[in-house]
Amino acid sequence: MDLLNAAVALANFVLIPATAYGAQLALGALGVTLIYGILRFSNFAHGDTMAFGAMVTVLVTWLFQSLGISFGPLPTALLALPFGILGCVALVLLTDRAVYRFYRAQKAKPVILVIVSMGVMFIMNGLTRFIIGPDDQRFADGERFIISVREFKQMTGLSEGLAIKTTQGITLITALVVVAALFWFLNRTRTGKSMRAYSDNEDLALLSGINPERVVMITWIIVATLATVAGVLYGLDKTFKPFVYFQLLLPIFAAAIVGGLGNPLGAIAGGFVIAFSEVTVTYAWKKVLVHALPEPLEPDSLVQLLSTDYKFAVSFVILLIVLIFKPTGLFKGQSV
Amino acid sequence: MSEPFLIGQDMTGGYSKGGPDILHNCTISVDRGEIAVIVGPNGAGKSTAMKAVFGMLDLREGSVTLDGQDITALSPQDRVVQGMGFVPQTSNIFPSLTVEENLEMGAFIRSDDFSDTMAQIYELFPILKDKRQQAAGELSGGQRQQVAVGRALMTQPKVLMLDEPTAGVSPIVMDELFDRIIEVARTGIPILMVEQNARQALEIADKGYVLVQGANAHTGTGKELLANPDVRRSFLGG
Repeated sequence: MDLLNAAVALANFVLIPATAYGAQLALGALGVTLIYGILRFSNFAHGDTMAFGAMVTVLVTWLFQSLGISFGPLPTALLALPFGILGCVALVLLTDRAVYRFYRAQKAKPVILVIVSMGVMFIMNGLTRFIIGPDDQRFADGERFIISVREFKQMTGLSEGLAIKTTQGITLITALVVVAALFWFLNRTRTGKSMRAYSDNEDLALLSGINPERVVMITWIIVATLATVAGVLYGLDKTFKPFVYFQLLLPIFAAAIVGGLGNPLGAIAGGFVIAFSEVTVTYAWKKVLVHALPEPLEPDSLVQLLSTDYKFAVSFVILLIVLIFKPTGLFKGQSV
Repeated sequence: MSEPFLIGQDMTGGYSKGGPDILHNCTISVDRGEIAVIVGPNGAGKSTAMKAVFGMLDLREGSVTLDGQDITALSPQDRVVQGMGFVPQTSNIFPSLTVEENLEMGAFIRSDDFSDTMAQIYELFPILKDKRQQAAGELSGGQRQQVAVGRALMTQPKVLMLDEPTAGVSPIVMDELFDRIIEVARTGIPILMVEQNARQALEIADKGYVLVQGANAHTGTGKELLANPDVRRSFLGG
């Protein structure tokens, strides 16, 4: 029995990866929840918006790498990120102008907009694959680890190692900065408050002289920024593959709904709930339990509740439980 | 007699161009320093008449004039800019915003410093000052109505229109709200108000309109209408 090693193994295989994944989901869910709160529909194209923003970032990263521009120990992708955001903003504003504005003028029902967003999803999906191809793309460079397993073992003399990847550290710090900036904007600036007012009561916002087209435009800009940041962080942490972003749609929606649709705080909490559930349920606990339990109780099997192939089922189940018992989510959101 | 400050003259129309008329030759006006009240039985078109004055209806005939200026063709938003303050009957606040943010949003069209106006509103509604950091949706019904009126006052309107401000509040709160409305009127803002509680409303009214089936049935000072046997019999309960 060795609780210290158990804690290290737990941190290495569960806490740290789940925190990074949770931050990525939270950023994605924030985008979904903002669209739901302000444009009032579930944006199925969000995953592919993330893919598109990440793709532009990947392309610019490659350009920088070929020009010999680097960011020292940090990934070059961080330098390319602003360009990815610009590209993504341009795409969503163009989409809004060409597609969503038409349906807004008709005062289309949310369910119609959902179907429209699915159409947009297929087009964005095709666009991304057409430009960069459907395969895995590697674009991470710079230092790989903040602490590697070997360094950690040397430092502490423990038998279990702990690694913190640079991308995990960057994910957390970037997510913190982005979320803090978003909340500052929504709660402290006149424009941010007018967005919340519009989300609260559209008619009264109109009466108060708030310009809906401006609110919608700013929402898209913020959403494209969040989507690109989330997409790039996920791509850095794992790999960039267009199809994976489409699959991410489920945990992202689960996170937004679990937290309470339309509620930004809820989206963040939901992101972490989903991430931690997914990782703990699909993790093989044997290693941690062998350290944590007295010898006679040590398990022989892997103690893995669910194969990682089924990880999306976890989001589904949590989604179901929340929708049955608390349809408005953990935080006060709008019911679906 | 000069023309009233705000007048909806001979208004005829309904909610859509092709739809049935709800108002028939209906005239509503309010003058400077006055409280004008629209009362009438259920379905008489009281709220509709007020919405017509505010431009939320398609008028087939008639006109709306504010301060000598014809505003019949303006949208509700433009009428706000022209100086009309409107408090809808329901959904008249931003529930997840704080009280103070609600007031700030009321002043959205103003580019000047509105801290004076906000201080005045806090003076008028002291309870709002105590609760200014609280989400407006968490307040009681009467307090929400004060937020709603305060929000509309933030534009420093030339005229204030209230659609059933006492709907759904208890009698005690209702009395308090009426007191507040009188105070607002004393600051010099003309008030046009639709009310279910006809008796109390007429008591504070300088001018009253009794509507029946979308047309003017009786018009007079509040006292006259309260004394009118027809009015009493038909819906003041004897």
